[in-house]
Formats: sequence, structure tokens, C-alpha cells
Amino acid sequence: MRKPLTVRILSALDSKQWLALGIFLALALVAVPVLHLMVPEESAFHVSTYMITLIGKIMCYALVAVAMDLIWGYGGILSLGHGLFFALGGYAFGMYLMRQIGRDGSYQSDLPDFMVFLDWKELPWFWIGSDHIGWSMFLVVAVPAFVAFVFGYFAFRSRIKGVYFSIITQALTYAAMLLFFRNETGFGGNNGFTDFKRILGFPITSSEMRLVLFGLTAVMLAATLVFSAWLVKSKFGRVLTAIRDAESRVMFIGYNPLWYKLTIWVISAVLCGIAGALYVPLVGIINPSEMSPANSIEIAIWVAVGGRGTLIGPIIGAFVVNLAKSWFTVSFPEYWLFFLGLLFIVVTLLLPQGLVGLWKKVMKKEGAAA
Amino acid sequence: MNATVDNTLDERPEGSDGIDQMGHLVTGELDLSHGVALYLEDITVSFDGFKALNNLNLEINAGELRCIIGPNGAGKTTMMDVITGKTRPDSGKAFFGQTIDLTRLTEPEIAHVGIGRKFQKPTIFEQHTVFENLELAMKTDKRVWKSLMAWLTGDERDRIAETLKMIRLNSEADRPAGLLSHGQKQWLEIGMLLMQEPKLLLLDEPVAGMTDDETMRTAELFVSLAGKHSLVVVEHDMAFVEKLGGLVTVLHEGSVLAEGDLATVQNDQRVIEVYLGR
Repeated sequence: MRKPLTVRILSALDSKQWLALGIFLALALVAVPVLHLMVPEESAFHVSTYMITLIGKIMCYALVAVAMDLIWGYGGILSLGHGLFFALGGYAFGMYLMRQIGRDGSYQSDLPDFMVFLDWKELPWFWIGSDHIGWSMFLVVAVPAFVAFVFGYFAFRSRIKGVYFSIITQALTYAAMLLFFRNETGFGGNNGFTDFKRILGFPITSSEMRLVLFGLTAVMLAATLVFSAWLVKSKFGRVLTAIRDAESRVMFIGYNPLWYKLTIWVISAVLCGIAGALYVPLVGIINPSEMSPANSIEIAIWVAVGGRGTLIGPIIGAFVVNLAKSWFTVSFPEYWLFFLGLLFIVVTLLLPQGLVGLWKKVMKKEGAAA
Repeated sequence: MNATVDNTLDERPEGSDGIDQMGHLVTGELDLSHGVALYLEDITVSFDGFKALNNLNLEINAGELRCIIGPNGAGKTTMMDVITGKTRPDSGKAFFGQTIDLTRLTEPEIAHVGIGRKFQKPTIFEQHTVFENLELAMKTDKRVWKSLMAWLTGDERDRIAETLKMIRLNSEADRPAGLLSHGQKQWLEIGMLLMQEPKLLLLDEPVAGMTDDETMRTAELFVSLAGKHSLVVVEHDMAFVEKLGGLVTVLHEGSVLAEGDLATVQNDQRVIEVYLGR
């Protein structure tokens, strides 16, 4: 019996998981706006602008972590260049935000400030259409997808695997970072894009806009989770994990791993791009440092800490590590990188399944004791 | 030494060029009209000057059960690598049926035209259940889009259940394959091969690690498969080879040293020297 796709997507999560997802969305779309707008600032229940930006930012990271988990946890391919796709999405949407500044920049020009500064007289060709939000949203998806497809096709066709693949992705994001640092590349050089004013004509820094962006991020994260759950439970997902565990067997039973790897790789890159596009208006800046190798390595750490090969793990990992980071970088700024390194070593040695694995172990013990 | 002579051998129109069906050289269509399933001619493979295969010639007839024996390093596994597209020969021809040039196809394409391979070390998906292992192997459209939308039909479930019964793993269907015993893993891999519905099965040491009882049951299974399928079995276990019957090919230093039924090759002086008489 063939089941329609909607039924299959509904059955990707069990009832408890749907309930949890519903609660999460209710919190993000109802509770947070109410607590932000209605509750007075001096109240303990007030959700501050700082908190909304922080949690919104971390939800973007969580989205990246889920994308990373699809390719690493399920596909067995460790990318150390996912920051690139995140940044590409961010830049693609940032172009629109730059155009929305209009004549309110410091030079009162139709061109973005950095172009005036470079003495450019007109928009470069790749900026054409960037004043349309639809085109920008298309680029948010298309650019990471295209870059991932081209790079992935040649890498997977050449059967580049394991640490070699990781190193090449690292080099890729590093090369892109150097490219974007150049002023002549046309994306604002090392300053990147900032000082955004509006989206669709509405002021970007207003509470309402912040809540809309926050809500959109929450919905996108939830949708990604459902989509990913469906994906990994489909036969495609089983082939993917089979490739991870015994690629030669997969080939000899007639699957071409190239297209499976490429599909998940492109999906993962697109999700990162979307996360980047949601991140940029929330935090108000995008610059080439997002493509630094360290950022991409951090993404892998979130996933490792949370638990590879589970979908909730990367989200937990992204939250735990980033909340720790925002506390550490305020309290002990000089020790953060040491702590991050230590965390990675501890997780690799003691918790190969991450926090989710630890939780399962504890529950099992309790179950056995009871 | 009463090796059962494979009676299907005599029925084949060996070398009879009379039934030529108008030179169709379309790759992708398996053509067994000449009764030859696999044809290797002058295959040479060298790794850094070492000739793993040296002008190897081998012909497997449709429906035949052939055993390949030979000391370590004789080129048995390399031969399978050539047939399945894992290794490209430096020179020589490899044809599946009359028309399919194996040296020009990739591993998945070769699997699709109907060649299944069992590895020396049981290679199964340890994290997947036994059922899922068979499901993934099942003959079907294996492109990405089809896998995304795939949903098992009743018929397909029946086929998996049948195979589970044949490999005696019905009670293990929902267990992760990694938890099976070594012998059970071997059987699961054989089951996966059968799910592919191949025309030619390449089996590299299929009974290694099996109990005597399991070994004999495997032999019975292979004998029952012959006729409908062609089988090439690489094995060191002489009792098993004897039970299978059929022709035995002895490989040595990358080429065929002797060919015949087990008794003949075991009495061949050259074979005794390089292998059996150690």
C-alpha cells in the first residue's frame, strides 16, 4: 500500500515529538512575543532584546548544526567548511539589506556606502536584482546549492573521503574568506555588510521586526527538523547510513554513492544558507570572518557535543556550547578557546555519542535499577 | 573423491556459433545466447610491477557453478575486482554475456546488469536491521529520487520474508545485523545477493567461519541456485568444493594453472606442487 507523502511526513515524528515541537513553536511564536512586548522591563519575566537576539542567533546555529549532522552524522562525511555556505546565504540576503538602506547611508548615494568609498559608479552585474527580496531569497538557496553541487560533484566523483575531504572543505572556506576580504570582490571587503535599516520598508531594529525574525527562525528550525526526520527515515536515509558504514557494499548492490552524497551535501548546504540569511538581519552584520576555518570547526563541535546521528543532539549541542560561549566570553574571555578545545577532547574521548548518548545511558541505567 | 559431475554442463551449446542473433552489441542487454555468462580474455593487472593477473583466461557458462581455488596471492580476489569494476585491467577483455563490456562499466552499473558479489570479509550494514539489509539490496530502481519516495509494497515484503526464510534469519529480522554471528552474517550477505536477483554470483570464501552444518547447508543452497544462476565460488575448504561439484579452476600467479573436476585437478602434478601438496 502506498501512503501519500503528507502521511509519511506526519509519521516522521511520533506523537510525543509532535507535542514537543508544538510546545516549542508556541513558546517562540506566542510566549516570547507576549513576554517581550507586554511584560514591563523591570519584571523578572520580561524577555529582553538581548535574549531574543541571542536565542534567535543560537537557533540559526542549531539549524546549521542539524544540516551538519545530516552530512556528518548520517552521511559520515565530515565537512569543515560549512561556515562557507552559512556565509554565502548571509551575504545573499545581506545584499538585499544593503539595498534597502537606500539613500540613508553616510554618502546619501543609491549605491551601498562601500561602493561609493571605492569610487564605483554603478552596481556590479552580480548586484542586479538585489533590491528585490524574492531574488535575494532565491540566491540564498541557489548560491550555496550551486557551490556545493560543483564542489561536491568533483570531490565525490573522485572518491575523496575522510580526512582528505575535511581538509579540502577547510581550504575551500579559507580561500573564499580571502576572496571576500578583498574590496574588489564587491562584498564590502573585511567590513562586510552592516548598518542595515529596513526589510520590506519596515525598520529592522524594531521590536516587532525582531520578533518576526525570531519567529521565522523558530518555524524554519522546526520545519527543518521535520524534514530531516522524514529524510533519515526514508529509504534514502537508510542508503545514506549504509554508505557511511560500508560504501563498497552499497556500490556492489547497485547504488551510485555519488548522487546520494551529492544530494545530502547540497541539502545540507542549502539549509546552512537559509540559516545564514536568517542570522544576518538578526545580528545586523555579515563579514568574511564567518568563513574562517575556526567557525566551521565550531559547527562540528556543536554536533559532536550534542550527539551525532540524532536530530535533537545537534540542536542541544548548539545551544549548550553557544550559551556557554556567551557566558565565557563575558566572564573569562581569554579562556574560551581553551575550554572549547577541552570540550572537544572530552566529548571525543568520553562521550562518543555526545550528550544525547549520555542521556540515553543514564536512562537505561535508571530503567535497569527500577 | 566422488565429485558430482555438473550435469548442466553437457546441455550447453558450447562454442556453437550457429545461433547467432544478428550482432546486437547493445550494452545493457544481457545476451546469453551463446551460453557464455562470463568471458575473460588475456586479462592482465599489475600493481607497481607485480602482476596480480597475468593473461588470465576464463569462461563461465550460463547456469554453471564454478569453483576457483589457488594459493594466497594467486589473483582470485583481483579477478573478482576486475569483474565487478573495482579494478580496471591493464589489458584484456571482460564480457558479461555476449554484449556487456565490463571494463567500461562502474560498480553500480555492473550490479544492475546482474552481477552480485559477496566479499571475503562479510560486508553487511551492521547498524541496519537484517530486514533493512535485505530491503536495501532488493532489485529495484536505485536512483536517489526513487529512494526518497520508496515505500515497500506487499509483494516486496513477501520477497524479503521468503529470503529471510531461505537464509534462516526470520527470527532475527528486526535485530541490528551487527549482532549476528559470523556465520549468520555470511548468510545475510548471501541473502542480500539473492535479493538483487543477479544472473552471476561471485562468492569470495562464502563459508569461512561457518560451522560444518552451516557449510553443508550453504553448499545445498548453491547447488540449488545453479542452473538459474551462474556461480563463481572462491573457496579453500575442499570438503565444500567437493560438495558443490562442478568444474574447478586452479589459479596460480595470476593465470589458470589447471581446470577440471576436483579429482582431476587434485591429481594434477603441477597443482600438487604449487598448492595441494604443501
